[in-house]
Amino acid sequence: MAWVNAIIQGVLTGGLYALFACGLSLMFGVMKVVNLAHGDLAVVAGYIAIGVVTVTHIPVLWSFLIVVPVMAVLGYVLQRTVIQSALDRSVLTTLIVTFGLSVVIENGLLQFFTANSRGIGTGLALVSGSFKLGSQIQIGDLLVVVFAVAVVVLLGLQYFLSASKYGRLIRAVADDREAAQLSGADYRHVFGIAAAIAFGTVALAGIAYGMYSQLDPTTGTDTILLFAFAAVVIGGLGSLWGTLLGGVVLGVAQQIGAQINISDEVLAGYIVFLAVLVLRPQGLITRRAQT
Amino acid sequence: MSLVTETSARSADKFRVTRSRRNVAWTGAGALIAVVVLAFFPYIVYSGTTSILVQGFIVLTLASMWNLLAGYAGLVSVGQQAFVGLGAYFVLILAIHGTSPFAALPVAAIGCGVAALPLWWLVSRLRSGYFAIATWVLAATLMLIIEKFSSIGGGTGMPLPGLAGLSPTLLTAYTYWAGLAVTVLALAAVYLLLRGRPGLVLTAIRDDEVAARSSGARVGLARLLVFVVAGAGCGAAGGLLAISQLQVEPSAVFSVQWTAEMAFATIIGGLGTIEGPIIGTVVYMVLQQTLASYNAWYLIILGLVAIVVALFARRGLWGLVDEHLHVRLFPVGYWLRIKGAAGRE
Repeated sequence: MAWVNAIIQGVLTGGLYALFACGLSLMFGVMKVVNLAHGDLAVVAGYIAIGVVTVTHIPVLWSFLIVVPVMAVLGYVLQRTVIQSALDRSVLTTLIVTFGLSVVIENGLLQFFTANSRGIGTGLALVSGSFKLGSQIQIGDLLVVVFAVAVVVLLGLQYFLSASKYGRLIRAVADDREAAQLSGADYRHVFGIAAAIAFGTVALAGIAYGMYSQLDPTTGTDTILLFAFAAVVIGGLGSLWGTLLGGVVLGVAQQIGAQINISDEVLAGYIVFLAVLVLRPQGLITRRAQT
Repeated sequence: MSLVTETSARSADKFRVTRSRRNVAWTGAGALIAVVVLAFFPYIVYSGTTSILVQGFIVLTLASMWNLLAGYAGLVSVGQQAFVGLGAYFVLILAIHGTSPFAALPVAAIGCGVAALPLWWLVSRLRSGYFAIATWVLAATLMLIIEKFSSIGGGTGMPLPGLAGLSPTLLTAYTYWAGLAVTVLALAAVYLLLRGRPGLVLTAIRDDEVAARSSGARVGLARLLVFVVAGAGCGAAGGLLAISQLQVEPSAVFSVQWTAEMAFATIIGGLGTIEGPIIGTVVYMVLQQTLASYNAWYLIILGLVAIVVALFARRGLWGLVDEHLHVRLFPVGYWLRIKGAAGRE
């Protein structure tokens, strides 16, 4: 029964990891940008949520209504300025610049907010509540909600990219930037929109992780970026549903690892990641022209 | 055939290919004098100064290796701390078994070079940005594996044994000389590598990878070579770190901060030149020493400067010097001199 429990918990945390990963996947799919500051930005979003709740006293759950737009605007601005000008130079410059941002953000948080870890909405019924399946399996309410949010975000992205006007524009630009530009699409603006969406999901990821666990300045790289990346690679680069599958596989691997030895949770996830890299480097779901 | 001979015969009259536009004998002599003067430092300066210089040696060695990776082979590794950590642990393990930590340094370097082979096999499947994060995951994985062995300190680390017999003065001096030796060897290795045939391939990759591939350059092999050399160099620096700290702690030696420091020093000094990392390390040390009392500020400022340099002065500080003076301390390229006129590289 303990193993069944581990698998169920793993699948549910997989939703959280998919939420970490979809922004990374989207930015790579559209702009070919691997944003090394991805996780640190999620932590920034979490800290903004904490600040917003403390200052305005709005319910914790509604903080995303403020944080998501704030991060989306930040995403648009960062893309149109720093990231775009790095992209115009070379892939190498993009990596250097986003790595620089990552280090600057992480140490900035450390400097201004100390190394203390902070939770979001601790004591909230949703965060601490759980229900029982049978006698031995206990499932946290929060994980179920986060999994549902991840599925809704992925469905929303899928619908947005395939059916909406902007989605078509984003796919066109991702497929062939020059041709899209010749047809009158301003690819820089489209990149900005894509980054805004990606940063919106990053905001959700940061808030979700802050509620699920605790945020501190190093969470962004140690946990969010590396788990997001592992989920993306396991699932298959550039495939949105692959990202969910990758998150689930990573989550299950971690929970099974924790079941064997509590301190092996993270290591087990990375070993599965390396195994996929060796055996199936294209990921579990082969890439289709999706994003 | 005859045409070729004819042209080359004719060019011989008009052109001359040299390594540098200026005579490099004086820079060679300068480098030698600098090393000799540095070697006498333990006799003339305080031990606090040599300790700071050892930090500088570590960063310079790391930066030179990162420069090889990113500046020449186009490999942005964010996981070089994997080799810093491995090198430190090689020295620790050998010291536990009775080897002198100083004698363990070359073993650590070779061990890290060998370890780079299977790691390359894992990460070389991914390209550019994903390669970067994959190296990072690899470093995290190695740290988690090492933390499982309680005989080498587990998650908390342990002090480095085997140096208790040395007096503090002697220990500082030995550490300093070891640091100087590692750095000089690392710079010499990079110089010789780039001056030889692999250097030609690497410079071609730096300038245009597609063109290099289509001209038949063995890009994959050159990259593997660079990854191994960089692994060995970072391993030596990691071993040196263990000796200078007298303590090996997994989260400290496997910290991504090492990669941040080597990357920023290289970028600020100038990516893709041997001189760049040297200038960058000087800038790094000055900033770090000035802002030492303000915790993480030196990394924040270093990061911001690196971003600005990467965006607006891609060839770094050395690039600015080179543009105006055409000086190469370590000439690895070729200059085509036309009689009487200025040449081009």
